Amino acid sequence: MSAMENDRAGRIGGQILAVEGVSLAFGGVKALSDVSFDVREHEVRAIIGPNGAGKSSMLNVINGVYHPQKGTIRYQGREYHHMDPHEVAVSGIARTFQSLALFKGMSVLDNIMTGRNLRMRSNILLQALRIGPALREENEHREVVERIIDFLEIQAYRKTPVGRLPYGLQKRVDLARALAMEPKILLLDEPMAGMNIEEKQDMCRFILDVNDEFGTTIVLIEHDMSVVMDISDRVVVLDYGRKIGDGTPDEVRGNQAVIDAYLGVSH
Amino acid sequence: MIYRENGQFKSSYAADQQMLPIGQDRVFMVALLVFVFAVLPAVLGDYVFLSLLIPFLILTIAAIGLNLLVGYCGQISLGHAAFMAVGAYAAYNLVLRVPQLNFLLVLVLAGLVAAAVGLVFGIPSLRIKGLYLGVATLAAQFFIDWVFARVKWFTNYAHSGSVQTAPIEMFGWTIDSPVEKYVFLLSLLIVFTLIAKNLVRSHIGREWMAMRDMDVAAEVIGIRPVYAKLTAFAVSSFYCGIAGALWGFMHLGAWEPLAFNLTLSLNLLFMIIIGGMGSVLGCYFGAAFIVVLPIVLNQVPAWIGFPISTAMASHLEFMIFGALIVFFLVVEPNGLARLWAIGKEKLRLWPFPH
Repeated sequence: MSAMENDRAGRIGGQILAVEGVSLAFGGVKALSDVSFDVREHEVRAIIGPNGAGKSSMLNVINGVYHPQKGTIRYQGREYHHMDPHEVAVSGIARTFQSLALFKGMSVLDNIMTGRNLRMRSNILLQALRIGPALREENEHREVVERIIDFLEIQAYRKTPVGRLPYGLQKRVDLARALAMEPKILLLDEPMAGMNIEEKQDMCRFILDVNDEFGTTIVLIEHDMSVVMDISDRVVVLDYGRKIGDGTPDEVRGNQAVIDAYLGVSH
Repeated sequence: MIYRENGQFKSSYAADQQMLPIGQDRVFMVALLVFVFAVLPAVLGDYVFLSLLIPFLILTIAAIGLNLLVGYCGQISLGHAAFMAVGAYAAYNLVLRVPQLNFLLVLVLAGLVAAAVGLVFGIPSLRIKGLYLGVATLAAQFFIDWVFARVKWFTNYAHSGSVQTAPIEMFGWTIDSPVEKYVFLLSLLIVFTLIAKNLVRSHIGREWMAMRDMDVAAEVIGIRPVYAKLTAFAVSSFYCGIAGALWGFMHLGAWEPLAFNLTLSLNLLFMIIIGGMGSVLGCYFGAAFIVVLPIVLNQVPAWIGFPISTAMASHLEFMIFGALIVFFLVVEPNGLARLWAIGKEKLRLWPFPH
């Protein structure tokens, strides 16, 4: 166990993403106030907090879906006030969604293939005629997608429309689609919500495998504390849009502010 | 089916992406092509070509175009007959003003003009969706109708506002008789079907479907809504532009601006709803249905010895259309194409339950 931990610690590199002083409000509702944290290369970074703490908003800010009123995001040495979703995708940040956001009318295979779209270059005329480069490109990307399908063990469902799959498998397809982008950072919004214990174990295994084998940095939001404490290297705790804790799982567990936020305090 | 697909394995990704992966289907398709190209022209009379097959072929092209936009990209349009009008008038003016152009080139150019107009009227889709977009495209319908009725240059200053066309000649072949038109249109339809099929299984098609199913997720994955929506509008209008040119030159021969009014737009929409949203095959079913239904309604009462007036028949037509639209929206939103797929799936195992 300790050997493995040392091994993991040795792989974690320098800062890859840093959020600095981010504040986000919707009208009068403050979703985030002055939140700062950083993410190091190859680590598994968890964001936890009670419901409504601003965790998903934080991911949406990193993702470019929301534009914060204040603060900056530093990513790979560049500083952004806000990002645009396309730009974020190009720069290698992928994400999965809390409430499933798969393309319901498309097959599992097509869903995952959309993750490769950014890398597909052939123009519309070549695609219309399906000749030469367009066909070659399609097959090359199909090969990559097939490797991801193997990796996540969803071979049997390739041609099934995702809408017909059970929830746990849909979550896996969501992960597969994000992985198909070959991201540097993977943002996972409650990847294990609503799963039973076996499905959670599978998902944990996949997340750790992605982290180990592809070296992908992972930022995840999760409510299941045993999962968070088990798989993450460092944890950020948010409550009412403020950061109240940051550190290794053990440090966070002992933090009085965190305990108060979860258990409540008598006034 | 009577056949089994056992033992047909796919060993490459190319094989897996074939349009007709099952051997028997390919044989069937070849037989079907021989039938429609060789047998039908030999046995059918002019009436069937003129009143059934020619409108069916042209409307199928238009329906495929609309389906690419509505069924695949999820952007509603109530103004696609207007883009057909653009194609028809563009082709008319090209033939009139540049008579040496080959008709195939005229068709492509007419399609491109329609695509450009479609692109402009697709811009509202970047900000609005659903019903609101439908109303915005309705504006395209009324505006374009108005332009062709008012701006006399487009109709070459014809007094009545209607325009006439001469039979098309290309490569020394005058497309004059119904059978010749049928063969020409059938070839075009096959080409456009293949192109549509190719587009929807390429990455552009996946972008469209992603926009349709979940636009936020599509954006996060790096799909640009501007590009996806506007290409869908352009390609869709391109198809309709070509269909419009063919409708004018091959089916109507002479037409006035009202030939491409809102009724035609709605008919196109009915075709894809009845035929099947997001299915190319469904466009065939839908177009066939819309073309055949009025004729059946006219003929059947006479056959069963209960003649009804023409007015009654056309009223019945509206009622049956309305009822069917409601029926499909409630019972099978994916239309005839879905019923066909279910039937095939059932027959695959029949008569054995497992």
